Amino acid sequence: MQLEKSILVNSHFQLQWEEQQNCYVLLYPEGMVQLSQSAGEIMNLCDGKHTINSIVKELEDKFDMKGLEGDVVEFVDDAIERKWLLNNE
Amino acid sequence: MNNEIKPPLWLLLELTHKCPLECSYCYNQLDFASTKDSLTKEDWFKVMEEARAMGAVQLGISGGEPLLHKDLVEIIQKANDLKFYTNLITSGVGADISILQKLKDAGLKTIQLGIQSHNETTTTLITNNKNAYKDKIAFAKEAKRLGIQLIVNSCITRQNIGEIGDIIEFAESLNANYLEVANIQYYGWALENIDALLPTQEQLDEAKRVTDHYRDKRPDMKVFFVVPDYFATRPKACMNGWGSTFLTINPDGLALPCNTANTLPLEFPNVKDFTIKEIWNESHAFNYFRGDKWMNPTCSACPEKEKDFGGCRCQAFALTQDMHEADPVCDKSLHHEVVTEIVKKSLNSFDAKPLYRNRVNSLKFVK
Repeated sequence: MQLEKSILVNSHFQLQWEEQQNCYVLLYPEGMVQLSQSAGEIMNLCDGKHTINSIVKELEDKFDMKGLEGDVVEFVDDAIERKWLLNNE
Repeated sequence: MNNEIKPPLWLLLELTHKCPLECSYCYNQLDFASTKDSLTKEDWFKVMEEARAMGAVQLGISGGEPLLHKDLVEIIQKANDLKFYTNLITSGVGADISILQKLKDAGLKTIQLGIQSHNETTTTLITNNKNAYKDKIAFAKEAKRLGIQLIVNSCITRQNIGEIGDIIEFAESLNANYLEVANIQYYGWALENIDALLPTQEQLDEAKRVTDHYRDKRPDMKVFFVVPDYFATRPKACMNGWGSTFLTINPDGLALPCNTANTLPLEFPNVKDFTIKEIWNESHAFNYFRGDKWMNPTCSACPEKEKDFGGCRCQAFALTQDMHEADPVCDKSLHHEVVTEIVKKSLNSFDAKPLYRNRVNSLKFVK
């Protein structure tokens, strides 16, 4: 995982905040994943501009926490594996 | 059972029941010719707005053939603006190929394309439309060229079950993202034609084996295999439970808990008379099979009732003439022999000719 690479949500999926469900959801053909708060916050920053480093920094500032890099990298790796996220080539 | 009413998640719009294809396995009602296309564009917009406000996120656009509807592009655009995840369920036949660019620009996410065969002769035989094969291939290629996600849906019957390996390879050659090998369910035209369509248990086992073989080799195309319930001993959890997840609106404006629910002796509300919220939460028809109070003793005493909700109401009614019965595919049903008899009769019908699904044939069923 290159921390300076930017990533984005796979355009075949659709990420959005759902008021009724009080969480971010990821929609795909005939299905939906309700994302945990941390997964939703990370994916919401995967806009093709943010790098892993800048996502980590932004979330650490937002939630006043340190040492989130490991969790973010682990989630992004897993989400790329699932094709939810893509490297921005 | 929990009787709290959860909002619908999935909205299916059947824009029209007109279709350029005449597939004899269609689940549409036999008398579809009497269903009018009576909703305006604004009616469809209102339905989508109200369902979305309740929390619906998935939108299927179907029919009949939705490409025949003049407001299709605007309806997709509206759905996308409302943040539905949009899925066009289509034969790929019935509109100029240039419509795909317009649909893409309107935000369409996914196309679910029906493919009957890798072979032109089989496709023509099943669809009774000699342009179908060429039109479908052109449609699939243009969709992929534009970067639209493609699901190939292949309805499987006795007419094409021997070709599953070829169909999988064909779907792959079209660069499908997903393939659904959908052994058909027997409703509407399919039930009328079952003697010509039902495969044998051996054919199904072989089809499953071939599908599994290909599935392991094809990591880039997800393959789903839908098993027909006539060979099962437990019913499917139809529509994830009546009035729990799915809402269908038919061309006439009828709101239905599933695509075929208006075959039941219930009065369904029309979106021209009520809001989606009223229909979903308050209507007699949508509440009728919620929970377990409606169940007969076979189901109400069954430990699996929260898993399959007694199965499909339309199937129970079509095969036992009582919509409160257990779905007779269940081997606990007192009417299970109805299914085994239909299977036996069908498999002994070697010369049955299917009735094509078209307007002329449909008019014979209009009362």
